This record gives sequence, structure tokens and C-alpha cells, in this order.
Amino acid sequence: MTAPILELRGLTRRFGGVVALDGLDLVVRRGTVTALIGPNGAGKSTAFQCISGVIRPDAGKVLLDGQDITGARPDRITAAGLVRSFQIARGIPRLTVLENLLLYGQHQPGEAVLGAIFSPAATRRREGALRERAVAVAARLNLARVLDNQAAALSGGQKKLLEIGRALMAEPRLLLLDEPVAGVNPTLAAEIAGHIAHLRDEGMTVLVVEHHMDFVASLCDPVIVMAEGRHLAEGDFRAIAGDARVQEAYMGRRAHA
Amino acid sequence: MEAYLVAMLVFAGFYALMALGLNVIWGLAGMVNLGLVGFFAVGAYASALLTTKLMWPMPLGWAAGAALAAAAGAAMAVIVARLRGDYLAIVTLGFAEVIRLVASNEIWLTNGTDGISGIPGPWRGAVTPQEFNLVFLAIVWTAVAIGFLLLARLSHSPFGRVLRAVREDEDVAAVAGKPVLWFKVRAFCLGAAIVGLSGALYAHYNAYIAPDGFAPLLTIYVVLALTAGGVGSMRGAVLGAVLVLVLLEGTRFLAAAVPGVSPVQKAALREGIIALSLILLLRLRPQGLIPERTRTLHAPKATP
Repeated sequence: MTAPILELRGLTRRFGGVVALDGLDLVVRRGTVTALIGPNGAGKSTAFQCISGVIRPDAGKVLLDGQDITGARPDRITAAGLVRSFQIARGIPRLTVLENLLLYGQHQPGEAVLGAIFSPAATRRREGALRERAVAVAARLNLARVLDNQAAALSGGQKKLLEIGRALMAEPRLLLLDEPVAGVNPTLAAEIAGHIAHLRDEGMTVLVVEHHMDFVASLCDPVIVMAEGRHLAEGDFRAIAGDARVQEAYMGRRAHA
Repeated sequence: MEAYLVAMLVFAGFYALMALGLNVIWGLAGMVNLGLVGFFAVGAYASALLTTKLMWPMPLGWAAGAALAAAAGAAMAVIVARLRGDYLAIVTLGFAEVIRLVASNEIWLTNGTDGISGIPGPWRGAVTPQEFNLVFLAIVWTAVAIGFLLLARLSHSPFGRVLRAVREDEDVAAVAGKPVLWFKVRAFCLGAAIVGLSGALYAHYNAYIAPDGFAPLLTIYVVLALTAGGVGSMRGAVLGAVLVLVLLEGTRFLAAAVPGVSPVQKAALREGIIALSLILLLRLRPQGLIPERTRTLHAPKATP
């Protein structure tokens, strides 16, 4: 077993009277593709929102490599090496694919007002490096031909690929993917699974929320099951599929005659 | 007639500066700002007071006007950080009204509704009024040119890219690693500074300012100018400003040329023509005359 890269301890979040996260404990180990599954309303998306800083948890801790990032701003969390994708591909529709990728580049001096005006050389250098990286990312994700298209003009599958590509531009240590193959045809889903496996082989750690069970079975180990805002079970897909508690969480309890 | 034309071109310059400022705040960063005239007034009053009461040299007064408007813009950006759309529009509109009311009532400072007169102008008195107009024309359009060049550069820089991302989806921009509030503050500051500079120049051109001169209608004209020119496009902002001024002024002659109507009807006719042309423009070209365009291309398109 490798060392943990992400740890959640007692993560709690309520929305009014609804307890979305009820003391969630979870560990993601380095170099794995870990799946987070569970029935609708289990709190997977809320967990993602809390981890990535988009919303604050009411209680509990989020540790990235032992560093406490609980409630930090999303941009700080990205800078710390944890980048998430969005479930409904939320590209910046009026920017091109290339610009969407460049946007996720870090350490660009041209993002400061004075830098943009007075240090064109440093800006251009960094822009050149980012552009090279963007072209490489696009090539590996089969987006090279659409680099100059507006993100709005992409197909659903290409938008999903762009989500992954943008996250990669920020050079994360841990990638959080929110339903990377929802609504994607089986061929492309297999292709996306291939891309993720490739990233894992290169040393990336990935945490995936996904409902598509073939995808989870083929790619993810371990699989963590959530129910009612808590950690329910964990193991490889086969063990999880045979777990009575998991079946109950998904299907409901068998009525005894 | 010639003096009139030059004066109109000077005013077109004021509008162009304001439209450029609005384009940073609204066009790029997506923050609706109906309080433009408030920043315009802050710049005008700051420069007028500093040059008449403390006898500051004019360029310093202009810089102070821009700086004070920028500070007001920064404060505004922090206050409205969590607001979007309609709510932002209402708060900014309120800000402009507050500024106007303060100017009307803090008589010790602003001389109230009587306004401030005798604001110095560059070489006013030393040259003929016609020459003064020409001098000011040069000053204003130099400011427009410098503002345009700097902002066009910013707009096509990584800074502009992040502002556009903030405009389209704040959450995505934040996850992309950008401190969203800091970008909004800088955009607001920058835009407000340019609007403030426009106000400062206006005060010294007009020699007289009063709260009446800073009514919300001016904001609406500038919003129209930017919408007509192309939201998000710096060239569009300048072109739109000139267009709106031509419409506002040109219709005077057009309406006057229609025979057999009373003066009251002429005034109404004029406003009708303005409204109709803007509606037609937005109906036929909703993206504006010069639509926003980003220049980050991978493969430069082959020129046909």
C-alpha cells in the first residue's frame, strides 16, 4: 500500500436541514485511480465541492499530503496540486480550446496588470512554454484538431476531454474527476478510461466520481462506496459488488415475508 | 459650426474614455456597472477641488482624479464581490446617486448645487476659445489613444484571458488557480481610473461642474456606446462612443430638417430616431459593430 495523498477526516456539511456529508472519512492513496461511488444523494458531489474549496465544510478536515487545506480558496488548492474537473463540462464557451487550456497554466507573469504591460518578454516566454504544454496535452487527448475552435462548438465527448486536459495544464499531483464519462458513448468512454490509466501509469493519482459501473470496474481500484454522507465500504470492484451493505444502499432492503 | 464640431469631438473623447473603462469592468470581467457616472463625478470633483482650492497643477489634479476614482472602484469591487447581474446593477446605480447627493449636499466641500466654477483649463485665456478647443481635443484624444493601447494590450494578455474566464464562470476561473476577487478588484480599479480621468478632463474643459451634470443618463449613453460598438472589444468601445455621439448630435439636424413639425415634436422625433437606430443596430448586429475577438490562435488562419 502506498502512502495517502488525500485524507478526509469527519467531513461534515449541511444544507439547511439536509445533512449532505455526515462525518465522511476517506483516504486516497498515491498512484491509484480511486473511485467514489454511491447512490444519488450519497454526498459524492458535495464531497468534491468541499475538497476543491468551492464550498466550505461545516466540520472536519481535508489533508493533501498531510497539509491542511480545509476551507482554503479554490485557487490555493489548485496551487497546492489538487485540481478538479466539473461534472457538466463547464468550459469557458467563448474562449477557444487552446485558450481554455492556457487558462489553467500557472505562474504566468502576464496575469498581473504591470506584468502584462511592461514585461512582454517574460510573459511571452511563459506563454510559449504553456502553449507547448497545451499542444502536447491536446495531442494526447485527441483535441489537436480543434485547438482553435470555441469550446462551445465541441461535442459532448470532446468537452469531457477538455475538462481533463485543462486540469492537466495545472500540473496536479491529484486529479479529481467528476463523472468523466457521463453521457459519453461507450467507445469514447473506453478511450477516456485509457487516458486515465495512462496518467496513473505516469504516477498521477486520480479520484473519480462515476455512475458508469463498467468504467469503474475496468479502471478503478480501490472503489469507495458512500451512502448517506458517510463512508460505507471499500475494496476492489468485485468485493464491493458482492457486499450486502452496498447492495442494500443501492437497491434498498429486502422485505422479509 | 467648426467650433461646434470640435467641441463634439472633445465630448466623443470623454465618451470613448468612459466606454474603454466600462469595457474593462463589464466587457472583460463581466461586472455590470451602472455607476459609471459616479466614478466620472469622483474624478471631476477631485481634480476640480484640488486645482481650485489647493492650487495643484492640472496634470497632478487629473492623476489624482483617476487615482481617487480607482480607489472608489476598488472599494466597490470588494463590496459587490458576491453580487452578480441585476443586483450588481442596482448597487452600482445606487453608488452613482450617492455621489451625486453628496456633491449636492456637502456644501462646505463641493459648493452644493451651485457647483464649482472657474476650474482652470490648459492655456485657457492665453489662446482664443477656438484654439483652446483644439488644444483640448489633442489632450483628450491623446488620452484615448494611450488608454486604448494599454487596454488593448491588457485585453489580449493572459490578464485579459483570466478576466474573460471570470466573466464566463467564476468557479472555473477559481479552480484554474486564479484568485477571482483580486482579478475583479484590479479590473474595477483600472476601469474606474479611466472613467475618473475622463471626468477630470471634462471638469477642466467645461470650467464648471455641478451635480446636475452627473445624472444617470450619461451612464446609459456609455453602456449603449459599448453595446453598439461591441462588448469586450476595445476598438468597439471607441467606435461605439463616437457613434452614439454622432447619433445624439446628428439627430438635432435631422429632426430640424423635417418640415411642418413644432419644436416639441422635433425634440420627440429626435429621441425617436436615436432609439430606433439603436434598436435596429442591436437587432441586426447583436454582437456589436466590432465583435469581441481573441487572438490566441494555434494555427494562424491562411489569408485568402
